[in-house]
Amino acid sequence: MLVAIVLVGACSGGDGSDGADVTVFAAASLTDAFTALEQRFEASGARIDVTLDFAGSAELAAQIANGAPADVFASADEATMRRLVGAGAVDGDPEVFARNRLAIAVQRGNPLGIRGLQDLARRDVTVVACASQVPCGAYADEALAKAGVEVAPASREDSVRAALAKVRLGEADAAIVYASDVHPRAGGRDEDVEAVEIPDDENVVATLSIAVLKDASDRGAAREWLRFVTSTEARAILVDEYGFLAP
Amino acid sequence: MSRRAPLHRPPAAAVVVAAVGFAAFFVLPLLGLLERVTWSHVLRDLDDPAVRPALRLSLVCSTAAAALSVVFGVPLAWVLARTEFPGKGIVRALAVLPMVLPPVVGGVALLSAFGRRGIAGRWLDEWFDVQIPFTTAAAVMAATFVSMPFLVVTVDGALRAFDTRFEDAAASLGAGRWTMFRRVTLPMIWPSLAAGVALAWARALGEFGATITFAGNLRGKTQTMPLAVYLTLQSDPGAALTLSLVLLAVSVVVLVLAGRRAFAR
Repeated sequence: MLVAIVLVGACSGGDGSDGADVTVFAAASLTDAFTALEQRFEASGARIDVTLDFAGSAELAAQIANGAPADVFASADEATMRRLVGAGAVDGDPEVFARNRLAIAVQRGNPLGIRGLQDLARRDVTVVACASQVPCGAYADEALAKAGVEVAPASREDSVRAALAKVRLGEADAAIVYASDVHPRAGGRDEDVEAVEIPDDENVVATLSIAVLKDASDRGAAREWLRFVTSTEARAILVDEYGFLAP
Repeated sequence: MSRRAPLHRPPAAAVVVAAVGFAAFFVLPLLGLLERVTWSHVLRDLDDPAVRPALRLSLVCSTAAAALSVVFGVPLAWVLARTEFPGKGIVRALAVLPMVLPPVVGGVALLSAFGRRGIAGRWLDEWFDVQIPFTTAAAVMAATFVSMPFLVVTVDGALRAFDTRFEDAAASLGAGRWTMFRRVTLPMIWPSLAAGVALAWARALGEFGATITFAGNLRGKTQTMPLAVYLTLQSDPGAALTLSLVLLAVSVVVLVLAGRRAFAR
């Protein structure tokens, strides 16, 4: 499997003829927001071609540790970023560019009347959460512990988007996801799900950080993307349009 | 087995190509895996509470999938090989579709059929209060979905190559169609059937995409070894390698044992 990852990575590497290529590995929860940021960045006249690759933060970190050709890494939590820093894969210090909270994704119209984490313990509610190995799963465990609720999820999914998809597909009644994943304005086409808020005293704050990697093919270009993501312009998009919290 | 005459032996060039292919696609990746394993941690890694339920579930699911593949696949291959009907080409193509479909898409297809809102699943839910996703049954179905084509293709091919005069002889001695199939046809295509079962079992054992999509991932219930390996890879790559090694060892042992018995004749 690792061999395959490295081979596939080598194929898509490409050394870029004119202008620079920056490959960004980003947490699944950033899928919509970073796609929008990329368009804004490239429209702003930067001669940099950004390629985005989304997956669970932990999976991406594992790929980077095994030599995947990424230039920038954006993590959904600090623990995963710290692991990469500890492995000596990061150039400079990671920068926090946004925060996130948890929310409960339910079917549109909330047919089961789910009002909070307590309701997820109900026997008629099929719940999915992320696996504890990925950030959203660790946060979910933390929030459930804070709320003092024992929940038996039907499945522990490999990324926050996979958990959300189970609700979208109608297989699960509720999923513990990031607030940004179910932000009313995110994507703008979410007819299937809506959000139930989790109060502050039961919620956790996820810290999203971004860093340029040591093995980046063009650190200057990579740093330019990092500067854009941490700019006030990008922050406005992240907060106003995609439901993240300011850092 | 008699020694092959030189005439039937492949020429040196073919042997070289075979050796290169074998080394590049079978030996090197395996060596790479072995080289990366931290042997001093193997025992600690195996002690992980996720390992045993996942291994047990993998064996249960792949064996059940192989059995279901025989139950449904052999009659299907029989029909495909021996009857003519309009649209047979389409049926044959559909029967191998899971081989080319990305397994994750296969998982979504299974959800669309048997999920709570699926074509069949919504009636199961409404009439019998039965939900298939997130159950071990779903993991078995996902494994069967991806593995049955291997059995159908193998048995279908064997039946088509089979000399029907043996069956004619049995029929002339008064054997009915079931008896004939059981006593004459099956024993003669046995090596192909066994190979088909082994292929189906092995494919089911490695199944990942359709399972995580259709059955989800829950320890002891739907988390098979490939899922456990994938998730462990995210937090502890070393332990994930150990787990893959276990899966590899189990499958090699089973396939060698099964192969010996199946191909002995």
